[in-house]
Amino acid sequence: MRWRSVSALVLAALCSACGISAPASSSPSTLSGTITVFAAASLTSAYTAIGRDFEAAHPGTVVKLSFGGSSTLVAQIEQGAIGDVFASADQANMQKAVDAGLVAGSPSIFAHNRLEIVVRAGNPKHLAGLKDLVRSGLVVVLCAPVVPCGHYATQALQNAGVTVQPASQETDVKAVVSKVALGEADAGIVYVTDVKAAGAAVQGVPIPLSVNVVADYPVAVLKDSQNAPLARAFISYLLGAGQPTLAHYGFTGP
Amino acid sequence: MASPAHKATSVRPAAPVALLVLAGIGATFFVVPLLGLVLRTPWGATWDQLRSPEVLTALRLSLLASVSATAIALALGVPLAWTLARLTFPGRAVLRAVTVLPMVLPPVVGGVALLLAFGRSGLFGGWLATAFGVHLPFTTAGAILAETFVAMPFLVITVEAGLRSMDTRFEDAARTLGASRWTVLWRVTLPLIRPSLVAGAVLCWARALGEFGATITFAGNFPGRTQTMPLAVYLALETNPDAAIVLSLVLLAVSLAVLIGLRDRWLGSS
Repeated sequence: MRWRSVSALVLAALCSACGISAPASSSPSTLSGTITVFAAASLTSAYTAIGRDFEAAHPGTVVKLSFGGSSTLVAQIEQGAIGDVFASADQANMQKAVDAGLVAGSPSIFAHNRLEIVVRAGNPKHLAGLKDLVRSGLVVVLCAPVVPCGHYATQALQNAGVTVQPASQETDVKAVVSKVALGEADAGIVYVTDVKAAGAAVQGVPIPLSVNVVADYPVAVLKDSQNAPLARAFISYLLGAGQPTLAHYGFTGP
Repeated sequence: MASPAHKATSVRPAAPVALLVLAGIGATFFVVPLLGLVLRTPWGATWDQLRSPEVLTALRLSLLASVSATAIALALGVPLAWTLARLTFPGRAVLRAVTVLPMVLPPVVGGVALLLAFGRSGLFGGWLATAFGVHLPFTTAGAILAETFVAMPFLVITVEAGLRSMDTRFEDAARTLGASRWTVLWRVTLPLIRPSLVAGAVLCWARALGEFGATITFAGNFPGRTQTMPLAVYLALETNPDAAIVLSLVLLAVSLAVLIGLRDRWLGSS
């Protein structure tokens, strides 16, 4: 009698426990294995941290990350690179992937990025905004207009009614930051996140929202994914629990 | 002179089959990527791409910069090769290693090194700017400097090898006949190593023509000023892969024409 009631109690407790935690515990139990995430180069630091957090939250899973220029990544996936998730730094390249039939479902925006003027630490030229970039003798470098950051910079300068003669049109945003960090250029226009990632050698001069350009970052599950449940879980993590990490690296929420 | 005798004695050797198979695989390794490029070329659009001012500007700049870099490499690299080949001095091995270092250094690192030396806040850059008003980064001169840095080692090691393998008795003979050191160098040494000189210069030029990493890092990218063909190809790849393929083919055609032409003209091989 006594034993039976105890075991009934235990059983009841177990049942209630499993009843309460069922939605939470059933998903980790089905999530396992490995996913490969193709992500834009500007996501390097943020995704490295988020990948680690995700693995910690879902033991037994492995998130492999592959970073590169968004257009390079699309080309790689098109040529048969096997992966599960694609995160682009702009809508245009995600659209290319969608048009090529590489994506399952529709992409969701998980973050935004804004532009900032990057100058050397201490702002030795005392630049206060885009209008100061026309000052004579100032060496300004931008991204080339065909690269997303160059396209956005051109838009922001147009919004501000400023015409800049750049000394160089760099092929990617990191090259702009390094030219400023090395002291070769006085200023450049890059993403807020790149200024944060570059550390103490440089600092940012904000561009007012009225003329600034917002870059959208879409993410999607790839059609040839070998582990779609885990890929979807990673994307929900990005849209939810991963947001503070993205914010820490300078991104703004969707 | 020696070729009739040579032809008479050299009966076609029977090549080991394994050697031929490996050689075939080696050749395929080079040919297949080229073939891929040629097969993917949108021939219909080629002519329009070639006539576009951007392509012509980049091609002109590429030729100017690579030829200038080769000229500088000849002027400085031949004396350097001579020093390495003929003089014995402490630290020669180190000097040779430093000379060929740009061949193994990732070009982007080479570009950063150049910035640290000749950049605005580099070791010599500030002095160059104040004393001579010379600014190298973001200028065509900077692009030429970057190409010279990366390409000159090819000339130095080729010419040094030529100097080491030549018969120095011709120089001794000229000197005993009263020729000055300069005369010996100009009239005996350099003509004797002409094949090495030409091969070294061509290698150097070809490397300069394809240079990307050091140029983009040190000189930046601006159409007409520092945007050479490889930089234009890289940027075209971002937006218009077809254009990038056409541009690459132009670069390939120009270099193939020069390499084949020079080989027949100067090295006398058929």
